[in-house]
Amino acid sequence: MSTHKLRRVFVWQLPVRFFHWINALAIVTLCVTGYLIGKPPALQFSGEAYERYVFGWIRYIHFVAAYIFLFNFIFRIYWGFAGNKYARWKNFIPTTRKYFEEMWQVLKIDILQIKSKEHLVVGHNALAGFIYFLTFILFAIQCVTGFGLYEAMSQSWIAGMFAWVSPLFGGDFDLRQIHHITMWLFILFTIVHVHLVFYHDYVEGRGEISSMGGGWKFIEEEAFLREEEEPASNAKKVA
Amino acid sequence: MSQRPTRKSYYEELRQRGYSRRDFMKFCATIAAYLGLETAGAGQVVKALESKPRIPVIWLHFQECTCCSESFIRSSHPIVADILLDKLSLDYTETLMAASGHQAEQCMRDTMEKYKGEYVLCVEGSVPTEADGVYCMIGGRTSLDILKEAGSNAKAVICWGSCASNGCVQAAKPNPTGATPIHKLLSGVPIIKVPGCPPIGEVMAGVLVHIITFGRIPELDGIGRPKAFYSKRVHDTCYRRPFYDAGLFVETFDDASAKKGHYLYKVGCKGPSTYNACGVTKWNNGTSFPIQSGHGCFGCSEEGYWDASALYLRNQPFPGFGIESDADKIGTAAAVVTVAGMAAHAVMTNVRKSRLISNLVKEGKKAEKDL
Repeated sequence: MSTHKLRRVFVWQLPVRFFHWINALAIVTLCVTGYLIGKPPALQFSGEAYERYVFGWIRYIHFVAAYIFLFNFIFRIYWGFAGNKYARWKNFIPTTRKYFEEMWQVLKIDILQIKSKEHLVVGHNALAGFIYFLTFILFAIQCVTGFGLYEAMSQSWIAGMFAWVSPLFGGDFDLRQIHHITMWLFILFTIVHVHLVFYHDYVEGRGEISSMGGGWKFIEEEAFLREEEEPASNAKKVA
Repeated sequence: MSQRPTRKSYYEELRQRGYSRRDFMKFCATIAAYLGLETAGAGQVVKALESKPRIPVIWLHFQECTCCSESFIRSSHPIVADILLDKLSLDYTETLMAASGHQAEQCMRDTMEKYKGEYVLCVEGSVPTEADGVYCMIGGRTSLDILKEAGSNAKAVICWGSCASNGCVQAAKPNPTGATPIHKLLSGVPIIKVPGCPPIGEVMAGVLVHIITFGRIPELDGIGRPKAFYSKRVHDTCYRRPFYDAGLFVETFDDASAKKGHYLYKVGCKGPSTYNACGVTKWNNGTSFPIQSGHGCFGCSEEGYWDASALYLRNQPFPGFGIESDADKIGTAAAVVTVAGMAAHAVMTNVRKSRLISNLVKEGKKAEKDL
């Protein structure tokens, strides 16, 4: 057993953390209200219809959350160019051979668990980064199909910018199907995401979960010593 | 028809047929309202129909059931049928013309030559493209051939109904005849789509009157449908909408909610995805429309409604996942598999990485004691 000295590293800047939690809240809200819109519960009510606006409110919340989701997403794209090295777009889009090598490494160590040796990643690991890139594409699909459907019932110029969507799909039928099934991809992502965050916190002990609260991760001193020998490496093996 | 009489105006023709000035004015006001024109617009309609010579119309029938024609001649105001169809405008239409055989074909050719670039081509039905188009032949020629000839010199082409606009039932999978909507076959000429199975008679009349009054095609949306009639969903103008907003839904066609006239969303109403004027204009002289009679909207004016929608289901089956599948069933199954996978991963982690984890635990416990 070795004893590690840990150094505090500032990984997630405040805007990144804000993005994350606003996004999480928006996605949960959108999924719950979206599911209800697709499959409304059978409610009985003895009074008059004008006394209630239940479904109207569910839709209203869905649309408000959709606007928040859209602008939060746009902000994150901006922050991919303005943020620190852990927030940059290069974390998400594979541009180098090393990126692909690291993806394979993560797959072997974390997912298939063929190798028992751990590796050090401070920000997003390459596989996670790439999966986030794919989720960003889902974000875009959901925004485009969602606002495409919303456009017909809105006077807003923001929704009006999506007037081309419905004609592109030849109508709302397919658009609705895509929007509905993509919601489930968000749910699947969330299941995997939450599990893996716990996993990394558990096997690495670097404060994976709390990092999205305070922004800190705790990295072994040795990693910094190795950094001096072999600089500018994002992912390295730690015995 | 060697010598054509000079073309009379619509008004003149109507007076000859015994309509009074009052009838005429009522018609103009009605149609202006359907077109969504402002009050002054009625005057424009009157002036146009009084002064402008009638527009020659060729009305072709291809793969269709003639429900569009039926709808048109049942349009609420009798003048619609009289003015635009029965007597005045149609130079050629297989269903209603008196001539037959070579004379009829000659009549169409005459119209095309004499009014080159002036006539309006109305098309009812889709065009088969498989097997060189033999599935629909008229006078020994394929419908594609006829369409290309008639379409090339038309002022505008109006696609009546879902067949001509998006293929409708005969273009549903597997589409054995290769039924193709008109906009995919013609180019270089303005095309107006008036989808619906059939479209509402007043809508059809409205489109024609717009062309007569203003001399140009009505404003179209992104798919090519007149905005005046297709910019709102049936849902937006549905009288049952308050029940939707209140969350009161019909669960089955025989429940208490159905009796109370609650919203038909969960028994497959496609009103929220369907762009048409049914909720406002209604059918059969404004008597009713499907939702009013207790049946959900089929979405008959939407592209691919035969393939893309199970008529009595709100959530549609996914191709390749079986008839019982819908997004929620597929999603739930995928979520169960994912949770199982994550649980397996958690177990595997504790087995495969036991040494690593126990080291972490030991390190942590030692620190706990040291502190």
